[in-house]
Amino acid sequence: MSELKLMKGNEALAEAAIRAGVDAYFGYPITPQSEVIEYLMTERPEKRTGMIVLQAESEIAAINMVYGAASTGKRAMTSSSSPGISLKLEGISYLAGAELPAVIVNVVRGGPGLGTIQPSQADYFQSVKGGGHGDYKLYVLAPASVQEMADFVEDAFDIAFKYRAPVLILSDGLIGQMMEKVTLKNQKERMTDEEIIKKYGDWATTGKTDRERNIITSLDLQPEKMEAKVHKLVKKYEQMEKEDLRFEKIDCEDADYLIVAYGSSARISQKAVELAREKGIKVGLLRPITLFPFPKHQLLELANQVKGILSVELSAGQMVEDVRLAVEHKVPVEHFGRTGGIIHTPDEILEALEEKIIKHGNIRYHKI
Amino acid sequence: MEILDIIKSENQVFCKTKLMTDTALSYCPGCGHGTVHNIIMEVIEEMGIVEDTIGVAPVGCSVLAYEFMDIDMTQAAHGRAPAVATAITRTWPEKYVFTYQGDGDLAAIGTAETIHACNRGENIVVIFVNNGIYGMTGGQMAPTTLPGMQTSTSPYGREIETMGSPLKITELVANLPGVYYVTRHAVHTHKHARKAKKAIRKAFENTRLNKGLSFVEIVSNCNAGWKMNPIESNEWMVDNMFPYFPLGDIKVNGKLK
Repeated sequence: MSELKLMKGNEALAEAAIRAGVDAYFGYPITPQSEVIEYLMTERPEKRTGMIVLQAESEIAAINMVYGAASTGKRAMTSSSSPGISLKLEGISYLAGAELPAVIVNVVRGGPGLGTIQPSQADYFQSVKGGGHGDYKLYVLAPASVQEMADFVEDAFDIAFKYRAPVLILSDGLIGQMMEKVTLKNQKERMTDEEIIKKYGDWATTGKTDRERNIITSLDLQPEKMEAKVHKLVKKYEQMEKEDLRFEKIDCEDADYLIVAYGSSARISQKAVELAREKGIKVGLLRPITLFPFPKHQLLELANQVKGILSVELSAGQMVEDVRLAVEHKVPVEHFGRTGGIIHTPDEILEALEEKIIKHGNIRYHKI
Repeated sequence: MEILDIIKSENQVFCKTKLMTDTALSYCPGCGHGTVHNIIMEVIEEMGIVEDTIGVAPVGCSVLAYEFMDIDMTQAAHGRAPAVATAITRTWPEKYVFTYQGDGDLAAIGTAETIHACNRGENIVVIFVNNGIYGMTGGQMAPTTLPGMQTSTSPYGREIETMGSPLKITELVANLPGVYYVTRHAVHTHKHARKAKKAIRKAFENTRLNKGLSFVEIVSNCNAGWKMNPIESNEWMVDNMFPYFPLGDIKVNGKLK
């Protein structure tokens, strides 16, 4: 039975993981995401579905546990917050290199360093530009509500197994901590060991039967083989761009100006759009739901329509670089965002739009 | 009569285990790794558990162990094999899971993963090959490098005052309640290799009985890293490594010796 509940984002994600039939969760406490493992430990999912939950000795151990379970075809996940994700990056790079399906959740807090425990979106570069070493990308989902915290768990595993690649859910301290109503899906059965062996027997290390042995590794010492591996990964990322891009357009049809924002900033920007329209300024909102793949063609299309774009993010300006790349300098693109754990208000966003974009009039860059 | 007329399968009294592939070993001639690989594979074959065994390879000289062992294997990041093995045994409790790790992997970068997998008593086998040096990267100091021993990063010999003492991690983990069996062996003679094989068999039997973690250290040589020929290196090992890392059982059936 699906169920309507009032829950914290972190708790909704944890409950959704149980209901999605996830096999294992490995984590380590860090604010503001500790509710994920606390909820799981309290719920005893081992009794409910047989899902394994283990508190690892470190973030590093946790991501490598995910790697271990994923290498055998199990649905495994971990969650953390910014400094913890930095520790996991080596393991994430290994997951990508060894082509393993897994889900990682980052409930972002302010940085750099130990930073703050308050919400932030300053891990955008880390999430979409690699973060770890080598030529890899993560499929990145950015939830903007408690409902999406729940829904994206299953979506993330679907993508992870479609591509045999790690998927990141990039949330933030605001979405993780706030309470909203959420509709939880029905309990899905976990796959049996026999089903896993049958379905993933061509790659998973579940014990060598009469088939050839399966090996999970990211090592290819022969340059030609390694280059072929990189090309294979690049093909996956191209396919993700073609088949699995997700975004939402709000009030864009008649827009003169555009705000681009994801996650909690998209929620706040939506209110700013309303305030602008009350003042007679036609503003639209493009919300990337996936940060990689990025809705670059949609942005380019909108750049032919609007007079300027404001990229809103709880950071010193990260996504703005991708917005600028996408619109090919057709219109002015500026960044607005608070940092240090301070959350911008709709009024601040509207004010920034007026100051940084509208004030400068109808500037259109000419093609060189 | 040609030699190949004599070497016929019906005349063969000994052959390598089916679980070693025909891939030429990447190890230096005289290195102990090949023997350790072989006895593990013999144990798995003799126990008839190949379908239920998953190995975890480390980073180091044995990073390519999966090229030589004809079983399902996962290669772990440097030092993380016990964490990888933890997840495999937790999600596949019926399987036999072992890690194969060197001293740098297990006792330096992976110390936390080693200690905590041991402390949780994960139902796995840890094979620890200790040759007191980083072989793959070209002979740097390891956590188990002996006092005064020269390596490329301790060119004047390991100074205890600044570089610390060789870490006896095997004795350390033996004190943890989750660890059921701890033993130290060598493979430089047939006699020693047979004993080491018995210990590995016992370790896998412990997994079958769900007894917790079994830890088998093999003190081995690195003739290339030690800059000796294979015979000299084995003699040096007996004279210098064995006094510091004495062979024998340290913990059996959950009880310290």
